[in-house]
Amino acid sequence: MMMELIIKAEKLTKIYTMGAEKVYALRGVSLDIFRGTYVSIMGPSGSGKSTFFNIVGGLDQPTSGEVTMDGQRFGDLSSSQMAWVRCHKVGYIFQSFNLIPSMTALENVAIARVFSGLTPAAARKDAAAVLEQVGLGHRLHHIPAELSGGQQQRVAIARAMVNKPEVILADEPTGNLDLHTGEEIINLLGKMQKEMNITVITATHDMKMLAASDVVVWIRDGQIARTAKRDEIKIEVGTIDGNTLA
Amino acid sequence: MDAVNIPLQTKVPWAVVFSVSWGSLRRRIFRAMITMIGVVLGIAFLTYMLVNDSIVKALLAMKNDAVNALLQKAGVDILQSGTDTMMLLLIGLSLLTCLVGIINAMLMAVAERIKEIGTLKCLGAEDGFIVKTYFIESSLQGVLGTVCGALAGLLVAVAVNVLAYGGFVFQVFPWLAVVKAELLAFFIGSIMSVLASIAPAYWAARKQPVDAMRVEE
Repeated sequence: MMMELIIKAEKLTKIYTMGAEKVYALRGVSLDIFRGTYVSIMGPSGSGKSTFFNIVGGLDQPTSGEVTMDGQRFGDLSSSQMAWVRCHKVGYIFQSFNLIPSMTALENVAIARVFSGLTPAAARKDAAAVLEQVGLGHRLHHIPAELSGGQQQRVAIARAMVNKPEVILADEPTGNLDLHTGEEIINLLGKMQKEMNITVITATHDMKMLAASDVVVWIRDGQIARTAKRDEIKIEVGTIDGNTLA
Repeated sequence: MDAVNIPLQTKVPWAVVFSVSWGSLRRRIFRAMITMIGVVLGIAFLTYMLVNDSIVKALLAMKNDAVNALLQKAGVDILQSGTDTMMLLLIGLSLLTCLVGIINAMLMAVAERIKEIGTLKCLGAEDGFIVKTYFIESSLQGVLGTVCGALAGLLVAVAVNVLAYGGFVFQVFPWLAVVKAELLAFFIGSIMSVLASIAPAYWAARKQPVDAMRVEE
């Protein structure tokens, strides 16, 4: 099967200036991500994992280097065009769900659809359909505080999916969930990836995520320490723990 | 590679902006009320002074001995009526306090919602949307407070004068001056609220999408 490139990261560096000191969060990271794959980015905190993840998702700008999505360099886009990209091409899922507390489940999903240019009424209709898909058809009018963690993350997934993105960016999506709920969320993401040919990129510590991944990328000290394909991961399950939790 | 095939982000209709602002305000209704009380008191004070002044002037203009006796008893200088500089200073100070109160309350509201703003930007919100929602949320508090304050000030001024001068107040009630005073108070209160909302709204819009990833302290 011919793999189609969706995201190309080239020689990304990110330097934070803290007082007189320069901190190198990324030291020239390049990575090709193919359409429809499930990519997990692993690394201890402070490794540059989050920085890389944020830059690849168009949330942050690199100090140097380029991210290209679908042949479009992020660096060439205006802020309004970047907003369009975040709205239409990328769905974001966060560790702490990040639902808007004053909005109901339905409104939380619908607002993303409104940003894409739909009328509020049409947006609500689409939002209800997607919430139904993630199994929350009966919780449309509850605010986040009335939902369990797993339900909140489902709302967040519905919100990320409602604009039919090409890429889903999930930052530790199971980090705040119990084992069982985390597994359900992983399965849901995996299902979406396969059925809709969505590219899923996650930053994770969760070993269960690895089994679902097509590619695992380890980042350490601002560089890619190692990249592994799915078949290579399975053979080495015994060693993964030692590698990543260090 | 051309940037042409990525369009500009669509603008969000005002009705949505308004409902988002209203939702945020309703969620923090308790704190919004406290901020509003500051505005209510300041504007009520201003309205009271203006209305009281026009009622006393109207009573003086009656040149009625009974009324003059009451006025003297109340401590009004019959021979020399003029606007008290000290009072103007007090009004000015109380309005300044409300202004600072609104700015402070809104800056706090922004600070505790940095993550929320970042999230909205991840979903495709542009700076303009954020500016509008925070601006409306903040202005709403101020304008609602102004309306309540202008009414409260009027009621208190009328009540105080009726207690002191009885039915005479209604014989010469200065309708035109009172309407003018109400409009002036509304105008000053609204301008003040809107001015106080500008800085927090722009500060909110400066937050970045990556702020959505923030870990709450």
